[in-house]
Amino acid sequence: MDAVGSAELGRSGARRELTPAEAQQMSRKVHQVELAISLVLRVGVVASVVVIAVGLGLMFAHHGSYVALRGPSTYRALTSASTSFPHSFAALGHALALGEGRGVVVLGVLILILTPVLRVAVGVVSFVYEKDAPMALVTLFVLVVLVGSFFLAGV
Amino acid sequence: MTPLDFVISLALISVAAGVLGSLVGLGGGVVIVPVLTLLYHVDIRLAIGASIVSVIATSSGAAAAYVRDRMANLRAGMFLEVATTTGALTGAYLTTLLPARFLFVFFGLILGYSSFATFRRRHVDAPLTVSNDRIANYFNLHGTYHDLAEGREIPYKVVRTKLGLSIMYVAGLVSALLGIGSGALKVPAMDSAMRLPMKVSSATSNFMIGVTAAASAGVYFVRGQIDPIIAAPVAAGVLLGATVGARILGRATSKTIRILFVVVLVVISFEMLQKGILA
Repeated sequence: MDAVGSAELGRSGARRELTPAEAQQMSRKVHQVELAISLVLRVGVVASVVVIAVGLGLMFAHHGSYVALRGPSTYRALTSASTSFPHSFAALGHALALGEGRGVVVLGVLILILTPVLRVAVGVVSFVYEKDAPMALVTLFVLVVLVGSFFLAGV
Repeated sequence: MTPLDFVISLALISVAAGVLGSLVGLGGGVVIVPVLTLLYHVDIRLAIGASIVSVIATSSGAAAAYVRDRMANLRAGMFLEVATTTGALTGAYLTTLLPARFLFVFFGLILGYSSFATFRRRHVDAPLTVSNDRIANYFNLHGTYHDLAEGREIPYKVVRTKLGLSIMYVAGLVSALLGIGSGALKVPAMDSAMRLPMKVSSATSNFMIGVTAAASAGVYFVRGQIDPIIAAPVAAGVLLGATVGARILGRATSKTIRILFVVVLVVISFEMLQKGILA
């Protein structure tokens, strides 16, 4: 087991062992990638929450009866199988042009959905910058599958 | 109940779902779907759409902190996403091939077993120091994390990447087919198969579930399953909860997280079996 332990990096398909200086530089680059990805996630999250909050505000401002704590207005009408709301880009654009709150909320939810996709894209760029070709190819594959899934869905 | 009551009460429940989801690496759909269908009597299709939103919200909200604090294994997560996204894409087009009842019973049993396997590992938690796994070495998937509960850096090695990839493919498939269980198989794949530490498995699962969910979110959006008045409080509440949960994970012990995960997994497993047998 000792031989395996000491030669562990040299065997089993590992790439060349790094010198301490290279290793330090590598770890600094990796940390930069982590900060970049963390930043993308935070910006996406904050942007979507703000847009969703504005949308909810508009929704309640336009429909006074929604705001009452008691009254004839019920959420059931808004959450049944026959409720209408934008679920295509054309309908979303139309709702946004009219300043409808629900359109703004859907826009915020779309920002939220696209945040992980953007995160993967930033991952590809970061690994290219790190000159880590295998990881860059792997993340590029994930990005292609993700973008492909949106096209196959017919968004 | 007026729309305002609905939005406020659902947002509060979503905060709890976000805390739980971010701690155990699951999307919070475990809480959101039953709450919406049983408590609010919302249409099941809209509830599943809301659950996808909650998964992405948990993931992005918690992962921002987990990546910054180096709790999540970024390289392993991004590598394994190859399998989860491919699985999710396959699953989205397999829905009509197999009867849902059969799938619920089958995966209910699998999750039941993996909760048992995860529970059994509660005393043998020491991370590996040696790995002869070719793939893990080539892509350098090993890592180190800072454990606040133990107050030290803990290095670990990754093994059995091929087995991990296979389970991840199935995890992507299941989440697209059934709309639940996206993180339920990811955590055991990393913890039991690949031997990542429990807290790293949970944090990395959190990091990954957003991408798996995004791969099927387009379909849900086009089918009109993402209802704004449900999605708004769920997204906002879960994001807040996940941010809080991400602060707790570092301080909790691995064993606590493991037991919490096992409890949630047993609940999901029963939920699935019940759907398959009684539906």
